[in-house]
Amino acid sequence: MVGMVTPPPITIEDLECRFGRRRAVAGLSGTFAPGSLTAIVGPNGGGKTTLLRALAGLHPLHGGRIDRGGLAARQIALLPQASALDRSFPVTCGEVVALGAWGAMGAWGAAPAGLDGQVEAALGEVGLHGFAARQVGALSAGQFQRVMFARLILQDAPVLLLDEPTSAVDARTEADLMALIRAWHAEGRTIVAVLHDLELVRATFPQTLLLAGEPVAWGPTANVLAPENRLRARLLAEAQDTPRRRAA
Amino acid sequence: MIHELLFTPFDAAFMRRALAGCVALSLAAPPLGVLLVLRRMSLTSEVLQHGILPGVAIGAVLGGLSLWAMGLGGFIAGLAVVLLAGVLARATGGREDSQLAGLYLLALALGVAIISTTRGVDLGHLLFGSVLAVDGAALLLMAGAASIAVLGLAVIWRPLVVESFDPDFLRAMGGLGAAWHLAFMALVVLCVVAGFAALGTLMSIGLMMLPAVAARHWSDRLGGQMRAAIVMALLASYGGLLLSFHADVPGGPAIVLMAGVQWLAGLLAGPHASLRARWSASRADGADGADGAGA
Repeated sequence: MVGMVTPPPITIEDLECRFGRRRAVAGLSGTFAPGSLTAIVGPNGGGKTTLLRALAGLHPLHGGRIDRGGLAARQIALLPQASALDRSFPVTCGEVVALGAWGAMGAWGAAPAGLDGQVEAALGEVGLHGFAARQVGALSAGQFQRVMFARLILQDAPVLLLDEPTSAVDARTEADLMALIRAWHAEGRTIVAVLHDLELVRATFPQTLLLAGEPVAWGPTANVLAPENRLRARLLAEAQDTPRRRAA
Repeated sequence: MIHELLFTPFDAAFMRRALAGCVALSLAAPPLGVLLVLRRMSLTSEVLQHGILPGVAIGAVLGGLSLWAMGLGGFIAGLAVVLLAGVLARATGGREDSQLAGLYLLALALGVAIISTTRGVDLGHLLFGSVLAVDGAALLLMAGAASIAVLGLAVIWRPLVVESFDPDFLRAMGGLGAAWHLAFMALVVLCVVAGFAALGTLMSIGLMMLPAVAARHWSDRLGGQMRAAIVMALLASYGGLLLSFHADVPGGPAIVLMAGVQWLAGLLAGPHASLRARWSASRADGADGADGAGA
């Protein structure tokens, strides 16, 4: 990842996504500006992951639309929640990172020239030099997340969607991964990350979207995380929870 | 003496045909089994082997006991089970195991019911197979299905492995996740049908699943697991046929028993995820480590 990237804006209009009959996200409109660095925060079940998946083209839209400014879905890189992957799967770190070059290989194409070197370099960049031949099953949670970041480096996408990039990792790994995110931001990439740690959001993310099923606030982080907005998010989440509890 | 024990039985043509058929199956089925285990679909394979029985039965009724008619019927029924299992998985949000158990029983009962209303079909043959009665046609069916399965797996290998590890990644890259899954399951059905010809519908996945489950204890690498599974399936085929010949045990169960012995050996003493590995890990951790008794 070198040089500047110029992604298009990503615009959402009156988006609605559902899980079965339940509304996961509703009434969301707004724009991720080119090169913006946005945190998505909010209560559990507030639709944060669903929104990321919808942006990546992985969750169907029940209403509204997403304009990716002409980007194909494959030009948007998604870091899944660490818990969504089977870490005992018998693959090596190098193989996982090499997936970042899928766009150039596809199902049957030969690996692009110099792929091994790129994989080595990406692993070195995340602090895992010499890990290419290791099985992912032998890694700690933090090391696994570093491997996933190395895959993002190879993907070299103008837009990155990160689902809880630093959950369940140690403080040192968190600092290293946040440094990578800041570097990608400096290169002009658009980054959207789901996060729980509000201190981290205040420290690094200029923009924040507070989502509790419906959008509570979207804008500069300091304004969005004002106490009255967070209270409203909590009330919305509790209101959503109540009928489900009664049903159970 | 040793020569008589290990090689003389294969002087008989029926033993050689049985061995050839099992070798074909052992080269094709275990890699599919390894992927089924990794995709957490072991139960689906179980449902599949019973699911083909109604198709086999209808094939037998319509085609007059032709192996090709039974094989085709089994293949179509297997594909139907795959699609139905997929619908159930989607409808239950991935909690389809109880539904699959229902499907499994229903298919078995339906198959037995159809067969028992038909004259001239030996239910025992269909359920337990008759590996020692493998004729030229059955050998052709097994070898042909195995060849297609090996070549097919080579073609879909890369996207299939990616889809097994990170399905969302493949979908996001525009990689048609469901298509690879269906192609893979079609190959599995093909091998189940080929296995049925020798091992019967009750144990047709014996050479697919037991070596695959055992392989996890011998290697933590994908290629290593596939090689281990193939070697174990070959050994089980050879050992099972010998057991069958000398001890007069039916061929299918003898082969599955041999595969089962290897699985138990791996579970107890293999280098990975075995009881021995857990025991030594808990000793290394000290007294408060894992109790080593879980499976």
